Amino acid sequence: MQTFLQQTINGLSLGAIYALIALGYTMVYGVLRLINFAHGDVYMLGAFAGYFLANALQLDANPSILWAIVVTIGAMAICAVIGILIERLAYRPVRHHSRLTSLITAIGVSLLLEYGGQVVFGATPRFFPQMIRSRTFVLGGVQITNQSLLIILLAVAVMFGLHFIVHRTKIGKAMRATSYNLAVAKLMGINTDRVIAFTFALGSALAAAGGVMVALSIPRIDPLMGLMTGLKAFVAAVLGGIGNIPGAMLGGMLIGLMETALSATAYSTYRDAVAFGVLILILLFRPAGILGTSGTDKV
Amino acid sequence: MRPRTKLIAIVVTMAVLLGLNQVVEYGFGEFQVNPYYARIINLVGINITLAVSLNLINGLAGQFSIGHAGFMAVGGYAATYLTVYHGQELAGLAGTTLATGLGASVAMAFSLLVGACAAAAAGLAVGIPSLRLKGDYLAIVTLGFSEIIRVVILNIPAVGGATGFTDAIPITNFFWIFAMAILAIVVVRNIASSTFGRALAAIRGDEIAAEAMGVRTTRYKVLAFVISAAFAGVAGGLSGQLFANPLNPQNLNFVKSIEVIVMIVLGGIGSTTGAVFGATALTILPEALRPVDRQFPGLRMVIYALVLILLMIFRPQGVFGRRELGWQWLRVRRSR
Repeated sequence: MQTFLQQTINGLSLGAIYALIALGYTMVYGVLRLINFAHGDVYMLGAFAGYFLANALQLDANPSILWAIVVTIGAMAICAVIGILIERLAYRPVRHHSRLTSLITAIGVSLLLEYGGQVVFGATPRFFPQMIRSRTFVLGGVQITNQSLLIILLAVAVMFGLHFIVHRTKIGKAMRATSYNLAVAKLMGINTDRVIAFTFALGSALAAAGGVMVALSIPRIDPLMGLMTGLKAFVAAVLGGIGNIPGAMLGGMLIGLMETALSATAYSTYRDAVAFGVLILILLFRPAGILGTSGTDKV
Repeated sequence: MRPRTKLIAIVVTMAVLLGLNQVVEYGFGEFQVNPYYARIINLVGINITLAVSLNLINGLAGQFSIGHAGFMAVGGYAATYLTVYHGQELAGLAGTTLATGLGASVAMAFSLLVGACAAAAAGLAVGIPSLRLKGDYLAIVTLGFSEIIRVVILNIPAVGGATGFTDAIPITNFFWIFAMAILAIVVVRNIASSTFGRALAAIRGDEIAAEAMGVRTTRYKVLAFVISAAFAGVAGGLSGQLFANPLNPQNLNFVKSIEVIVMIVLGGIGSTTGAVFGATALTILPEALRPVDRQFPGLRMVIYALVLILLMIFRPQGVFGRRELGWQWLRVRRSR
């Protein structure tokens, strides 16, 4: 029982990472119907931005929660700008082309960030400075580190925050209108370009927050760290129902739990395959995802 | 083409390939082809097979697959497995051993056939369920399947697991590589100009409308997918048994599939000529960039990525668009 609870906690903290990234995927997809393949790499850039900021502030020598928050916000700001730039320079010029063109462009941006990262930062992993002293809480025999707890809390807070933005604010209303029909939203006087830029900024900032948080608990960062994590987070978004904010959370948690469960068995080497296996099953039996709603195509 | 012209064309092509094979592999008198250049020429041939076959599904049928490396892996491992564990018996069928040219050719033919069948079976298994999905979803499912295939191969010790299939016997040569490349080109071009090709064009244009007009969309899509996968398997079998070029799950990942996609996008999605051009250009370009890559590791892929993005922004139809370069040019002039 204790092992089970411990594995559940581990699964939830892994799932929260996927959920944080999946939220960004789901937002961009919800508004633009674009799989932003580069999202996982913005998460990587977030971790690197945090790394350089923390080193500039020499936080390794004197950890403090206040400065850790400053670093996280700084990384979020940097990635928000990067997100806007990616949208402006790569996605906007191809927006009026077919969706295939956008998809290929997104793959190109992703490769550019990954291998550009290798050229600029080097391929060898770096060690992220310990901005917060690691503590382990024991509750009824179950261990949880303060970093894992932070990630889970952040993911839940972000989910509620996003839900609030999308459903209760003016820009959220504009996002929903753009998602429903871009051309008509434009006719109604909505500055759709600004709405899309905002969506990218928000999604990228969340990815950056995720990157810094993950780097705190697994302090090994390298330019390809976003590749697999990003793909799995995307799977999480599809699993929950892409475009659906609570769905991304649910999908992320489910994938985290399943991977952890598999790691505990003799088939741990198949860990990377489980997310894709689940994705295929869900797309076959419920293409809209667990919480998604399906529409009908017309000619 | 009349049956007799066809036969003559086949015989002449074979003879030319055999002659070139002799030159590339063994040299001609004093003249020897630099082994490094010979290797690049062979890689060009394998990439042509890959690009032309992917073009069938991504270009002609308009379905976006990013799992070509997965089928290449299935076919490649099946073919190489056959030669490694049963190669001598196959050569024995022709009354000789693997070390002789005849024995190697017999083993090669069987192994490529098995590789193609294995990849086609995988294509069928992947295609039937996933071709119900469209666009982005299909892309992500094919990607998922190829990752699963990769992870499964990593866990089979008989084929080398994570270290790669280093036991492979190098029996691939110029003749087999280019015979298969030409076969792929001929098959895909013939499909494009047949009823099957028109059905694929209709599906590409508008799937729902095509279905309403009586085109059996799922059947044609799956068929195209299976043929495409079979050729990817052949390319895998050729590549895995090329000298000092063992199959490795690490190299048959998502990035390999992307490389093939960049080839067809550069040449022009839907154009076989474009696929051949893209495969040739993008095999030679990285080799030319090798000195740069040695200094800045990863820069090669950065250039790939930039080419991809800039193409999409400034020329999404690629170099050739949907046009083909072919005999029609000569034929039109002659008939006048």
